[in-house]
Amino acid sequence: GGRCAPPFFTQRSRSGGLLYTSGGDNQGASMTKSQPKKVEKLNRFYPADDVPHRLHRNKRLRPRKIRASITPGAVVILVAGRFGGKRAVVLKVLDSGLLLVSGPFQVNGVPLRRVDQRYVIATKTRIDVSNVKIPDHVNDSYFQKPKKERKAKTEGEFFEGEKKEKKELPAGRKEDQTVVDQGLVQAINGTPQLADYLKSHFSLQNGQYPHAMVF
Amino acid sequence: YKRARMNQTNHTSLIKLENVADADGAKFYLGKKLCYVYKAKTKKKGTVYRTSWGKVTRSHGTSGVVRAKFKNNLPPCSMGGKIRCML
Repeated sequence: GGRCAPPFFTQRSRSGGLLYTSGGDNQGASMTKSQPKKVEKLNRFYPADDVPHRLHRNKRLRPRKIRASITPGAVVILVAGRFGGKRAVVLKVLDSGLLLVSGPFQVNGVPLRRVDQRYVIATKTRIDVSNVKIPDHVNDSYFQKPKKERKAKTEGEFFEGEKKEKKELPAGRKEDQTVVDQGLVQAINGTPQLADYLKSHFSLQNGQYPHAMVF
Repeated sequence: YKRARMNQTNHTSLIKLENVADADGAKFYLGKKLCYVYKAKTKKKGTVYRTSWGKVTRSHGTSGVVRAKFKNNLPPCSMGGKIRCML
C-alpha cells in the first residue's frame, strides 16, 4: 500500500529516528549513532483513512548529460523515427534534455524537431551556428501536443467508427522554421558539398560495419 | 545460450556480430536493441512475420561475441539464425 502519515503515539520522525522532546536531554546525552539529524514536529491531525500517496518518481534530479560529441552545430544522423536515415543539424539542447534539430527544412525536409540523443549518431561535421537565431518561444512547451478533449460519444458516433481528424500544423511553425533556417542555410552554403551531404541518406551496405566507422 | 559444460542459461543468448573480432569492437553495440524476426503460420496484425525484441547487455569473451537478453527467451531453433541489430 501507499505511504501514510505515522500514528500520533509512536513518536518517530519521518526519517525514522526517535524524536526528542525539548527538555535539554539532548545536550548532556552522549552522542550515539542513532541520533537523528533533524528534530521534526509531527502533525497532531492525520487523515482517518489510509490515503495512498503517489511516489513522484518522475522528477529528474539532475539535468540530463549530453554526449560530448553532440554540440550545437553538429551534424547528426537521425537513426529512427519519421526522419530515420536523414542527417540534421543540432541547434541546441532543450531544458528537457532533448535536442532541438533542424534539417534545415529547405535542404532535406527535416523540420524544427526534438530528438532524444539516443536516437542519434553524432558525426564530426560541425556547422557554425553562431548566426542562427532561434526564437525564444521555441522550447519544450512549443512542441508539446495539445491535450485531447475527451468528448462523450453519442450512440450514433459510436457506430460510425473513429473519425481521423486531419492534423494541422500549429500556427507559427512555418515562420519559425524560416527564421531559423535563414542563418543555417547561409552557413551551409559556405562549405562546398555540405548541402548535398545533408540531403543524402545514411545507410549501411554490405561490407560496411558501424563499429569500424568513424562518424 | 550462455552455458557451461552441462548447464545452460536460457535467458541470455550469445550473439556473434558481423565482422566484430574483439571486445573493443563489440563496445559499439552494447546497449543496442536486437530484433529476432521469424515467420509463423497465422497472420497477426496483417503479417506472418513476428518479432522478438531484446538488447545487447555485455560482451562475452575476447573475440567480439556479445551477450543479449530478449523479452522472451530466444527459441532453440534460432541458433545459427539471423538477428537484426538496430542502431
